[in-house]
Order: sequence, then C-alpha cells, then structure tokens
Amino acid sequence: MDMLTTLAQADLPAAMAPATLAHYLFLSAAMFAIGLIGFLTRRNLIVMFLCTELMFQAAGIALIAFSRFHMEQTGQTFVIFVLTVAAAEAALALALVVLLFRRRDSLDAEQWSEMKG
Amino acid sequence: MLNLAESITSLLTTATDAAGGLQQAAGHGAAEAAAHGATHATDVVMGPWYVLLIPLLPMLGVVLVTLTALLGIRTKLPAWLTVACLGGAFATTVVMYWNVSAGPAVTYGFRWIDLATGNGHRFTADFGLYVDSLTCLWMLFVTGLGTLIALYASEYMADDLKAGYARFFMAFNLFVFSMACLVMADNLVLMFLGWEGVGLCSYLLIGYYFKKPSAVAASKKAFVVNRIGDLGLLMGIFLTYVEFGTVQYAELFPMVEPYVELVKSGMAWDVPMRVGLIPVLFMVGAFGKSAQLPLFVWLPDAMEGPTPVSALIHAATMVTAGVYLIARTYAFFVVSPIALPIVAWVGAATALVSATIGMAQFDIKRIMAYSTVSQLGYMFCGLAFLSTAGAAFHVLTHAFFKAMLFLACGAVMHGFAGQLDLRKLSGVAFMKGWGIVGIAMFVGCLNLAGFPFTAGYFSKDMILAEAFVTQGPGYSVLGWVLLVTAGLTAYYTFRVFFRVFVGPRHAEPGDDHHDHAHDAGEHGDAEPDHHHGFHPHAPGWAINLVLALLTVGSIAAAGLYFVDKENHGWVGGMIHNSSAYTSAGSAAFLDSANIGMHVDDPVGTGHSADHDDAHGGAHGTLFGQDPHKIMYYVSAVFGVVGILTAAYLHGPKGPLGLFIGGRTKAATSRADGLADAMMPLPTYARNKWYFDEFYGALIVKPLRALSHVFHLIDKLLIDGLVNLIGSLPRFVASLIRPSQSGLLQGYAAGMAAGLAVVVVTVWMVIAVTGGGS
Repeated sequence: MDMLTTLAQADLPAAMAPATLAHYLFLSAAMFAIGLIGFLTRRNLIVMFLCTELMFQAAGIALIAFSRFHMEQTGQTFVIFVLTVAAAEAALALALVVLLFRRRDSLDAEQWSEMKG
Repeated sequence: MLNLAESITSLLTTATDAAGGLQQAAGHGAAEAAAHGATHATDVVMGPWYVLLIPLLPMLGVVLVTLTALLGIRTKLPAWLTVACLGGAFATTVVMYWNVSAGPAVTYGFRWIDLATGNGHRFTADFGLYVDSLTCLWMLFVTGLGTLIALYASEYMADDLKAGYARFFMAFNLFVFSMACLVMADNLVLMFLGWEGVGLCSYLLIGYYFKKPSAVAASKKAFVVNRIGDLGLLMGIFLTYVEFGTVQYAELFPMVEPYVELVKSGMAWDVPMRVGLIPVLFMVGAFGKSAQLPLFVWLPDAMEGPTPVSALIHAATMVTAGVYLIARTYAFFVVSPIALPIVAWVGAATALVSATIGMAQFDIKRIMAYSTVSQLGYMFCGLAFLSTAGAAFHVLTHAFFKAMLFLACGAVMHGFAGQLDLRKLSGVAFMKGWGIVGIAMFVGCLNLAGFPFTAGYFSKDMILAEAFVTQGPGYSVLGWVLLVTAGLTAYYTFRVFFRVFVGPRHAEPGDDHHDHAHDAGEHGDAEPDHHHGFHPHAPGWAINLVLALLTVGSIAAAGLYFVDKENHGWVGGMIHNSSAYTSAGSAAFLDSANIGMHVDDPVGTGHSADHDDAHGGAHGTLFGQDPHKIMYYVSAVFGVVGILTAAYLHGPKGPLGLFIGGRTKAATSRADGLADAMMPLPTYARNKWYFDEFYGALIVKPLRALSHVFHLIDKLLIDGLVNLIGSLPRFVASLIRPSQSGLLQGYAAGMAAGLAVVVVTVWMVIAVTGGGS
C-alpha cells in the first residue's frame, strides 16, 4: 500500500487523493458491470461484442492493478497475452458477425434462437 | 469296448442297489432278483458293426439327394438313389435278421451325450444300436416297405420333377433314418431323437404341398398334437432317469426285472408309484404318435400329404412307433397296475369311434386313414391283452395291407386327377390298365376286413381271442366292442371296394385340389378345363410292380402264422426273444385272485402253448369255449356279415355284387336311403363326431381367448409400466427444458446469475469466517 501511494504521489496533483488499489478495482468492477449490463440489454451483435470486450478489459485492469499492487510482472505479462489473443478473437468474432449478418440481413441477436429446448 | 465294460459294472451295482431297496419293501427275493439282473447284464453282447449301416445308408441318401438338388438335377435320379440306399438298408436288415442271436446285442457307435450331473453321477447316451428280434421285426418292414414305396413314389411324384421331387425324397430318406434311430436305439434318448425325427419328417411331408393352405394347416395340426404326446414321453424319460439313473435299455431292463418279479408274486401294489407312473407317461407319447383317442385327430388330416407318405408314414411305420414303444418298454407296463387297462380301453374306444367315422366318409383316402386309426386301436388292445405277439403280428400284416390299400388309392388319385370321392368313381378295376390296382385293392380289403385265412384275419384273431382270455377290467366287454368294430371295418372297407372298383364304369376327374395341382399339363390337355376329354392315367410299371409285390406279400404274410407254431407264429417267436416278452408272464396282478393254473387246450390251434405262464390265472371263455378256438369262427362271422352288408348296400348288380347288390350308378346306392332313415347319426359320423369342433371349443378357442387376455396384459400392464418409466425423464425434462431459450442473452443472464451466486457465496463465507486468516 505504501509503495503504491508513493509512486502515485510522484505524478498526481497533491490535491487529489492518491489512487489506491480500491480505485482500480472499482473502475474494473464498474467497467465489467457496464459491459455485462450492455451485453444483457442490447440486441445488436456488434454492441454485444463490444460489451464483451469491455468486460475483457475490465478484467485486464484488475489484473494489472493487482500485478502492480504486488509488484510482480505476472499479471501484466498475462494481460499482454490476453490482449494478443483477444485481438485474434476479435477478428474472428467480427468475421462471424459479418457472416451472421449476411444470413439474416440483421444484427439482431434474437434472430438466432433456433437452438432451444 | 471300455464303455461297455463300464456300463456293465455300473449295471451290476445298480441292480444290486435296486434289489437291496426291494428287500426292504418286499422282504424277499432280493438275491434272486440281483442274480437275475446280473445274468441279464452279461447277456448283452456286442452287435456286429454292419447294423450301423441301417441308419447310415438312409442318411447317405439324404446327403446324395440333397446334392442332386444342389446340382439342379431334374431327373428321377433322387428316386433311384433313395431306392438304392433304402434297398441297401433292407439288405443289411435281412443280414442282421439272419445273424441275430437270441439275446440282445448292442452295437456301439459313438458317445453322443456325456454329462456330469453334479452328484458324482454321469448321464450318458450313446449312438448305440440295440438289436434284438423286436428290432429286426420292425426294421424289416420299415426298410422293406420304405424301398418299395420309394419305388412307387418315383412314378407317383413324377409330376413334381421340376418342383419338389428332391425335397420329397430327402425327407423320405430322413424319415427312414429317424425311424431306424427310433427302432434301433439302445437308449431312450436316442429313441426320442428318432421319435422327434419322424415327427419332423411327418410334418415336412404332410406339408409337402405347402402352397395349399389345408396341407399347411394339417402339417401344423399333426406337429402340435404330436407335441402333446411327446411331452408325456419326454417326462417319462426324465422320470426313468431320475428313478433308475440310466436311459440305456441294457441297463434298464434288468433293473425293472425285480419289480416284475414282485408283480408276479402278487404284490403289484408294492411297486413304487414313480415306477408305475413311467409307463403312463410313455403311454401318452404312444397315444400321440399312434393317433389314439384323444389325440387321433391329426392322422386323418395328415392325408393332405402325398399318398406314398400316407402309406409309409401314416399307415405302415411311423404310427406304429407307439406300439413299438410299448412293446419295447413292456416290462414297465407290466409293473403298472393301471397302464395296460388304460391302453386297452383307449385302444378299443379308438377302434370303435374311428370305425364309425370311417363308415360315413366319402373320401377313400380318409376312409383308409380312419381305418388306420382303428387298426392301431386293435394293436394297442393287443398289447394291453398281454398279446404282444398279436399286436406285433397285426402291426406287420397291417403295414403290408394298409400300405397296399393306400398305394392303390394313390394310384386312383394319380390316375383320376385327384378324385377321391367314392360317389364319383365306379368300376375302376375293369378299366384298361387298372387290373393290378383292382386286385391289390381286393386283397387289401380282404385283409383289412379280416376275411378268413387272410393275414389280417389271423393277426386280428390273435388280439380278439386274448380279449376273452386275459383277465382285466372289462376286457371281455372290450372284446365284444372289438368284434363289432371288426364287422364295421369289413363293412366300410368293402363299401370302398364295391363303390369304386366294381360296378358300372364311371369316372369324374377330380378338380386337382387334392394332390395334383399341376396335373392338367401332365395329362396332355393343357387347357384349364381338363374335365373335358379327360383320360384316366393308368398306373405305370413302378406302381404296378410295387402293388403286385405287396399283394403277394400280404397273402404270404398269412403263412407267417403257421411258422414256429409253439410261439404263436413267426412274429410270436420274434417277440418271444425280445424285450417285449420279458414279462408277458406277469399278468398275475390282473387276476391275482385266480392264482390257479389254467388248463389249456392246444388242440391244433397253434395258440396258447405257453399260456400257463403267460396268463397265470383262469382262462376266460367265450360261449363256453376256448376263445382261441372259437374266435376263428366268431370273427369270421362278423367279417363276412360286414362284407355282405356292404355288398347289399353298395354292391353292383350281378356276380360282382355277390348277387345281392343293386347299385347301377356311381353316385347313389341303397345305403343312401338307410342313411336318411338313421339321421342324424350319419351326419354326426361324417362330421367326425365333431371332435375337431369339440377341441376347437374346449381348447383352441379358450386358448385364443386367453391369448387375447395375455395380449391385453402385455399391452396395458407390461408396456404401461415400461412406458411410465420412459416418460418420467421426459416429464422432468419438460419442466427444465424452457430454460434453454435459445436466446444469447438468456444464457448470458444465467451465467451472470451463476457468477453472482458464486460471488455472494464467497463473500458470505468470508464474512462468516471473518475474512480468513
């Protein structure tokens, strides 16, 4: 806790309270919640995909924050890998979205609900 | 052979055991009995190897005929192969007969069944052949008639050269093989194999014209009815094994001997009940196979088969298997106080009932079928009257003359496009080319009618006389029943002869529905309406030759009665040396009250030489005379009266109707008026006293109703239960299936909810445990 505080103090204006781990985690949780809510409420495939990306990044922020908090590189390294994979996955997912759009001329996720019990 | 030595050793032990058990029961005679058993055991000698050829040659025939079928040979080759194989078997049988010793011989083939029964015992059954004179007697006429009838069939079945010719002869050979197994087996299990084998061949051959629904129904009926009897036989074999620990004749007969001695000494009721039950079960099997009441209904229907089959299987050989079974296991029957009387009553009842049915039929082949049933009744009576010789003699003479009668009827059927109605045929014997058939029919009818000095007359007399000699429950009543039946037999036999073979010449061809679905083309008039310009198809050389030989044989069979007189004829001598005689001396229980010796009068009758020991008790009488003597006259009177009645009612005008007949047309005769006067009895008899309907109502319909009930139970209860179990998961699934909405957001919400649950749980756990340590 102390180390983080000192590091932050170096660049941030004094008036502001130093950002603690809790801030980062709050940001991460907020981003995740926004992504989740967006995913659950929106029907547009692209927006839903963006929301998943949002949740993804929220998790990344949490990882980096913890990594920094513990002063080790594992979390960051992990996030670098995740970002790489996410980039590839994003390409794939967008390609799928394009294909789905071609099939139904629509981006509505409810168009794709045949697989029900 | 080691096996034999083993069996003899075990035999000695068991014989001693049996005798020991007896000592407790009877208190005496055990040592004697054991000694008796032991001597019998050593009597069993090795038979010659060549008797194995007798079953094997017909088997070879099966293989060869099958090969001809596979090679697509469409000539008469299968018939000639069959004749050759069966002829070889017959020649071997003759050799066996000449060389047969007085005692039984066992020829060991191979070990067939060998099982450890778990209690230290072994159950063994060999393919071994038991040869004594009874075996020889049966095999002589089985193979001899088999050969002749195969020769006959080579012509008779020629219409089927392109269809089932090879199939017919394959089954024919298989039948002779099975019959050889049945007759020659040295144990009950091999005998049962033969028993079932002949049943199978009977089924195959009755259903030979398998495109005809009635033939298929008849074959099924024969099979099913025979199963009822076979169950009895099978249970009898089981019980024999349970009781005696073996199924080998050579071991069994000495073991029964102590019980026979027990019966002879007047303690019939000391015989264990289970031993007494064995013959009753055997008897059920015999009634099934030999078509006795109440199981006789299959035999008349069996006439759906080709006529050679009717002659060989359903008249001469297979149906006498029941008689053979009883003769072979006669010792068992003698020790049972109830078995033989039941056999007597059933036999006599069958003889009478089927004779009355036969009187009213119009289908000549069916008349012959009912007469077969009736004559089998006589044979059973002969066995029951302790005259195994009479029964066996009747089997032999009957085999000849009945086969001949059937073959003559078959020739008629063959020649007249399946016509069998005696109202539509007349004067056949005087048509061109039908002389031999007519003579054969005449001789056969004389035999069947018991006309004096024919073979059938002597064999029937032997049985009839014993009815009055042997003391038994109501035996003299049965004797009268059989005498009346003999009169009826003479009447219906000559009814056929006078209607069909003499009189004004007249013939309407059959509509081919009977035997010759393909006759039209054969007789050269291919147009469907072959009634038009129909020419009878006179029998060829094969049929005539066989009929001539059988005619000579039937006449000559009477001579057998005068050979070997001290043993009641040649057949009697044969029986005397076989297991069928073992215990003919044990009638004592039948009349244990009359232990006195009966005074015999062997005045030239050839009968009764050893009736002292054969019957033990007082000699019955008929009209105050010795039945053996007077029976010649009494039965002759009944026979002649029957023939005269037939001549009066059915005979044509003139000498051939014995000057008392008055028939001028084929279709009608004086009997019609009489039948009208006797209504409704003739109708009842024509409808077989409604036996089929009775069984239908009593057994078939209830069974069918029961099957519907079972079907419902199956449908509702069993299927319902299974369906219930099946529908349970389906119901549960229907509750949770809606969660699979197919909507992406729905699943995501579920995942989010799951995540929330995990988070909340973790949080609560932390809260409760105080944040961990």
